[in-house]
Amino acid sequence: MAGVLGTSIKRREDPALITGRGKYTDDLKVEGMAHAAIVRSPYAHARIRGIDASAAEALPGVLAVLTARDVAAAGIPGVVPVGWLLPDLKQPAHPMIAADTVRHVGDAVAVVVAEDRYVARDAADRVAVDYEPLDAVADVVAALEDGAPAVHEEAPGNVAFDWEIGDREAVDAAFAQAAHTVELDLRNNRLIPHAIEPRAVLASYDSSTGEMTIHMTSQNPHVHRLLMTLASLGMPEHKVRIVAPEVGGGFGSKIHHYADEAIVGLCSMKLDRPVKWTATRTETNLTDAHGRDHSSHCELALDADGRIAALRVDTKAAMGAYLSTFAPAVPTYLYGTLMSGQYDIPAIHCHVTGVFTHTAPVDAYRGAGRPEATYVVERLMHLAGEATGLGPVEVRRRNFVPPDAFPYQTQVALAYDSGNYGPAMDRALEMIGYDDLRSEQASRRGNGAGRRQIGIGFSSYIEACGLAPSAVVGSLGAQAGQWESADVRVHPTASVTVYTGSSSHGQGHETTFSQIVADKLGIDPDAVEVIHGDTDLVQFGMGTYGSRSAAVGGSAIVRSVEKIIEKGKKIAAHLLEASAEDLEYEDGSFRVAGSPDRALALGDVALQAYLAHNYPDDLEPGLSATSFYDPANFTYPFGTHVCVVEVDTETGSIELLRYAAVDDVGNVINPMIVDGQLHGGLAQGIGQALWENAVYDESGQLVSGSLMDYAVPKIHNLIPFELDRTTTPCPHNPLGVKGVGEAGAIASPAAVVNAVVDALAPFGIDHIDMPLTPEKVWRAVNS
Amino acid sequence: MTVSIQLEVNGKPVQAAVEPRRLLVHFLREDLGLTGANIGCETSLCGACTVLVDGNAVKSCTMLAAQADGASVTTIEGLAQNGELHPLQEGFWEKHGLQCGYCTPGMILSANYLLAQNPSPNDEEIREGLKGNICRCTGYHNIVEAVKYAAERMS
Repeated sequence: MAGVLGTSIKRREDPALITGRGKYTDDLKVEGMAHAAIVRSPYAHARIRGIDASAAEALPGVLAVLTARDVAAAGIPGVVPVGWLLPDLKQPAHPMIAADTVRHVGDAVAVVVAEDRYVARDAADRVAVDYEPLDAVADVVAALEDGAPAVHEEAPGNVAFDWEIGDREAVDAAFAQAAHTVELDLRNNRLIPHAIEPRAVLASYDSSTGEMTIHMTSQNPHVHRLLMTLASLGMPEHKVRIVAPEVGGGFGSKIHHYADEAIVGLCSMKLDRPVKWTATRTETNLTDAHGRDHSSHCELALDADGRIAALRVDTKAAMGAYLSTFAPAVPTYLYGTLMSGQYDIPAIHCHVTGVFTHTAPVDAYRGAGRPEATYVVERLMHLAGEATGLGPVEVRRRNFVPPDAFPYQTQVALAYDSGNYGPAMDRALEMIGYDDLRSEQASRRGNGAGRRQIGIGFSSYIEACGLAPSAVVGSLGAQAGQWESADVRVHPTASVTVYTGSSSHGQGHETTFSQIVADKLGIDPDAVEVIHGDTDLVQFGMGTYGSRSAAVGGSAIVRSVEKIIEKGKKIAAHLLEASAEDLEYEDGSFRVAGSPDRALALGDVALQAYLAHNYPDDLEPGLSATSFYDPANFTYPFGTHVCVVEVDTETGSIELLRYAAVDDVGNVINPMIVDGQLHGGLAQGIGQALWENAVYDESGQLVSGSLMDYAVPKIHNLIPFELDRTTTPCPHNPLGVKGVGEAGAIASPAAVVNAVVDALAPFGIDHIDMPLTPEKVWRAVNS
Repeated sequence: MTVSIQLEVNGKPVQAAVEPRRLLVHFLREDLGLTGANIGCETSLCGACTVLVDGNAVKSCTMLAAQADGASVTTIEGLAQNGELHPLQEGFWEKHGLQCGYCTPGMILSANYLLAQNPSPNDEEIREGLKGNICRCTGYHNIVEAVKYAAERMS
């Protein structure tokens, strides 16, 4: 159907969700279902001397209490694996249930199964665990100090890996000759993802068939099935079906394979009945993989004209107590490779130390490495604007990769396929009314550095989306390639079902993917059904994360539609007694070129494909096609964001005044959905900058473990966002799309911090670590 | 031990014997099968479990089922009338006020209470009125638009 791409079609997902009919995992109820509650370590580091479950077992309604002994007795692999590897990566075992040592608060030590949810929790409280507390270290810097408590014997000094990219010697030489240098020590604060639906699983094992169906909160059911069967439960992959029903947000946290989901699977196998577990918010905060948590020293060298000569970054990245699914890839392949930002930087060196700490694991959270890289580059660019006297706009412009330099090979592996950075900056300045704001700022500063100062902060970001071209990540050492699958089936009546390996959890894939098929086949989007999130229905798929669904999953769908049109041409040619080479497909019809009256509708051809009695001899019946699309490169969305804040220098409080974002995400399929993705990302990035902080105390207790202490942005904290776009299509995928899920979270922390620091320039302040709480701002002003 | 309760849920009379400690949200979700109210926290902060109790927006994870004895409860399942979506449901759909949908039932019922108190709120009043409900997906931008849309439709 013409005009269906690029149109804000209302979401087909919504009617179920606005009426309460959408079924999330915890909504599911099956016959014979029991409930699990997991007993967790209250210590960050302790030896388990013994577990006495007798009081729990004595409670009426309790069916079983399982510990590490039961995992061992089951003869299953019983571990939680890491999925992405690095050279020389230390991989200490992560047992499903801790056997003798716990390594973070929340580590599972036992599980109780009972007939009732309430009884299960009562019984969990009655499991007596005798711990011998040990010294713990929760801080990423402290964990590297001499004599720090060891998280794993196999990882001396708590070093999980030591990784670098770029040319150290070239960087050193450039620094030696630089006209200007700026440097910064920064912390990228640890975040808790807070998908509003806590993790949940309903595992239903049936010993009569040896099959298990697992409904769970998953962004990637096939990846979960692979890791669950291979490393945890040891079941044959084909005997396990994983279904992701409605999933209430993920932001990365539902990519990873966790111990808890495997534990519940084991419970179901042991009891031969369905078992459900739903995390409380506290549990999910203790066990969901957290995000960020870097400590970095960063330096930028510039020549006398303000052109960047070199960038040097040294980062300590927390891994937590165990290596989570993607964890080693995040501060390396998705961080070090992004250090060129939007800029032509002749020499870059980035060194990253992965560090074990006695905390929840750290893994991909919205943006995953790219927000951290953007924060480093864009904070340095702010300082460079000050040091060179060029200001934040000119220093960026002077260093943008020029539009005629694409494809542009960075010094850190990635080759940017396309980009045009200047116009996004121009538009952002125009939207925000930049000159007027600077006048307003000057007048406030002129009044004797008055109480309320305004600041303007920029962030010109780049991201690498469409995870992940197998060849590129393979060349970097990753033991994974990330293509996507699509099976498109045209039914005899010309309606279509798409089976996609991308698994939606709020993004609106069903709507968006139907638009793609409707456009390519020239049919109504309502004639297209989209199936996802079920390993029995969909062949292997990689799932939804890394802003990959449109660019990779959508491209796979296009490939399948192309194959269907090619086959349809052969059928139509036979029916029209024409040559297939002479056929064109347009607006839902196969036509003979130059003979507009010789045409067949898709439905005529589809019906014949299934009847098949008047049919080409050399063709199989049916009209469906499967594709596995492995992208040629990442995609490279970019944009410039501008944040305007007012800082009360007496109280340290910050008011967001304006936020303008100009993003270039390539071609847009559904503008309404794209804007929604940006809004959500902005809220999370602004949240990181101003409020959110996962805090462990020195003993390894998570002191911001609930919504009482961890400040997820609320509606009255935020403001309307001003959005616009430039469009530079991706040149290497058939849709020209790039991805938008993470852009807001990647760009905004630097924009906000740069704005606050800009407001506080009269006080000589050039950096405050996130989150910029009033206390920190007040202390900075008063120090 | 159980206590007997009688209440009205979405206009229908309900009688039940519940454990005194049973939370209203578990009673609605597990005993009555009304799974629209979701549970997102245990500290009364996320608002995903919001329902209307005698017209007031109440976080049903913070109220015992026994306390709802004699009350009239409306959940998201009871909002559409005669197959017609409520203007707030329309507004959330029309303005893309939801993504994953988990917070949406609570958000809509809180907005319903807000509009009952203040039929034509400005942006600031909407943001003030909904600050007890957390959405992690939308950045709230379109939720404000959705509530404005509904307010206009209802006026």
